[in-house]
This record gives sequence, structure tokens and C-alpha cells, in this order.
Amino acid sequence: MHELSIAMGIVEAAVDEAQRRGVTVSAVHLRLGALSGVVKDALMFSYEVACQDTTLQGSQLIVEDVPVIVYCSQCRKEQTLESVQLFQCPECGTPTMDIRQGKELEVFALEVQE
Amino acid sequence: MSEPRLLEVRRNVLKQNDVIARALREQFRAAGVFVVSLVSSPGSGKTTFLEKTLTQLQPRYRVAALVGDLATENDAVRLARSKAPVKQITTGTLCHLEAAMVQSALQEWELHQLDFLFIENVGNLVCPSSYDLGENLRLVLMSVTEGEDKPLKYPTIFNSADVAVISKNELADAVDFDWDAARNSIESVRPGMQIFRLSAKTGQGMDEYLTFLSRQLELQRAVMQP
Repeated sequence: MHELSIAMGIVEAAVDEAQRRGVTVSAVHLRLGALSGVVKDALMFSYEVACQDTTLQGSQLIVEDVPVIVYCSQCRKEQTLESVQLFQCPECGTPTMDIRQGKELEVFALEVQE
Repeated sequence: MSEPRLLEVRRNVLKQNDVIARALREQFRAAGVFVVSLVSSPGSGKTTFLEKTLTQLQPRYRVAALVGDLATENDAVRLARSKAPVKQITTGTLCHLEAAMVQSALQEWELHQLDFLFIENVGNLVCPSSYDLGENLRLVLMSVTEGEDKPLKYPTIFNSADVAVISKNELADAVDFDWDAARNSIESVRPGMQIFRLSAKTGQGMDEYLTFLSRQLELQRAVMQP
């Protein structure tokens, strides 16, 4: 399980941003790609642990699941995959590895108070 | 206290790892060494496979290996039998290698004196998928005893890999291994991935895979020609 070290990375990034801007963080918004290799439940649990003894203690982690979007050369457009077990166009069935979205592991925004 | 407001920051959590991985990749390119990382489940035969790879490449190439292991040095000891330079990275409780660990392990190495460097990750099909190590090729290894649907259970790591090796082929009949089902599973999570089916123990199928590696090195060096 590497979610604890990921959670610590999230907290570190948020603490750093909060310090530089002189704000207090009440929630962290994370964009989590379906191909990020991170398990959401384990991350939620680890987040609390990672926040301990930091200025983020008591803050919330709000995770936005980011689905995989691929480009289908047949349909000539981007398509959202329903499952990471099937890398083919959901419309025409053409296999594709042209991944346009889904690997995100990004602290997107902070809910802050001045 | 004022109402909370939303502040957009957009910070990639793994940025630090990605920055080091990029630097490593540039370092490997400049040194002319081709770097292969190996990922697999525990017990898939990664160390035997790597030992044979090192031994069989050695007459023609200068090879070395970095080995990630949770606690023991057993793997490094086994790999040292190949006579190739081998260095252990003991990760302690960490379930994967990170770019910084590779960078620090390589500090005293003369990379330009190598043709191939292999990085054996910790036996784990989940965590290593998130971390770029600067490798040129990520090889995922699964053995015939693990079941044909392994790729469907661990789609992220298979999707992130460049090539798959199905090992322990000498046991395929004993476990009724369904080659088509395995190939379909891989094709489903990682369309177009090249697959090698081999036995590190008997040597069957090793030639094709080693020829593939040689070709990759040639291609990399051809690109580097001014």
C-alpha cells in the first residue's frame, strides 16, 4: 500500500500552498484518475493519518474521480471508457492506447479561510 | 470567521518523482544505456528470469542490475551469480521503488560503461504503477501459474507497461494454461502490447526476447546518432 506516502505528498503540497498564501485549509480537492494506481478508500483513510500534527489536521479530502478518456482514430473523437479493463472505443470497438486523460493525481483546489 | 472560498492550485502530487525520473531518463540517454524495469507479483519468478537475462546477455553486452527488495538481500545474492554488477535497494516497508531511490543507488556508477541496466521493482502489481523510474522500457512479468485473468485484476500496471513476459512456460500444461485467454486479457487492458512466452528454466523462448532487447538498444542508439 503506497497510499500513505501519496497522502503525505498531498498534505505536503497543501501545507506549502496554504503557508505561501497565508490561509487556513478546511478541505483539499483532489482529482484522481482511474489509471493513477491509487486506491481511493485507502487514500481517504491515509489522509487522516497524514494530516495529524500538521496545519491540515481536521481538514477534509474531497476526491473527484477522473475517468479515462481515449481518442478513437476510427470515430475521430474522444471517448470516455466505462472500465479500465477494456481499452477500446465504447462506440465502435476499436482498440486504442491513445490516452488523453485518467492518470491524474492532482491537488486541484483548496477550500480556504483567510 | 469568513466563508470558505475555493482556491485553485493545481499541483501534481507526484511532481517531485516525475522531475527526478525525467532527469534520470536524460542521464540514461546521454550515457547510452538502455534501462528496463521489471514489475511482477511476488513469486512470479522475476529473479530467476533476471538472472538468466543477465547471464545470457553478458557475452555480448555490459549489463548491470538494481534490485528492490523489502527486507532481504537474497535476490542480490542470487543475481550476483550472473557475475554482473548488482546493487540492492532495500526499501524497508515501502512497497515500490521511487525515482529518488534509483538516483541515489546509481550515484557511484559509471553508466556510460553499460549497455543495459535492469531495475527489478519490489514484487507488487499495484504500487509501482504510479512511479516513473526514468526507464526506457517497463516489462511486466506474469507466470502461467498465476491465472490468465491477472491483467484484468491489475489493469493499471499492465496498461502502464510496454511489454509483457509470460514465464514458467514449462508448467503451462500442468496448470492447463489457456494462452488465448491470457492474450485476450492483456489485449483488453493494453492493446497492441508485445508478449513473450518463455521458460527461464529451460531457456525456451528466451532467444526471441533477448533479440528484442538487442533491437531496442540498437534503435535507441540509432536515434542518438547525430
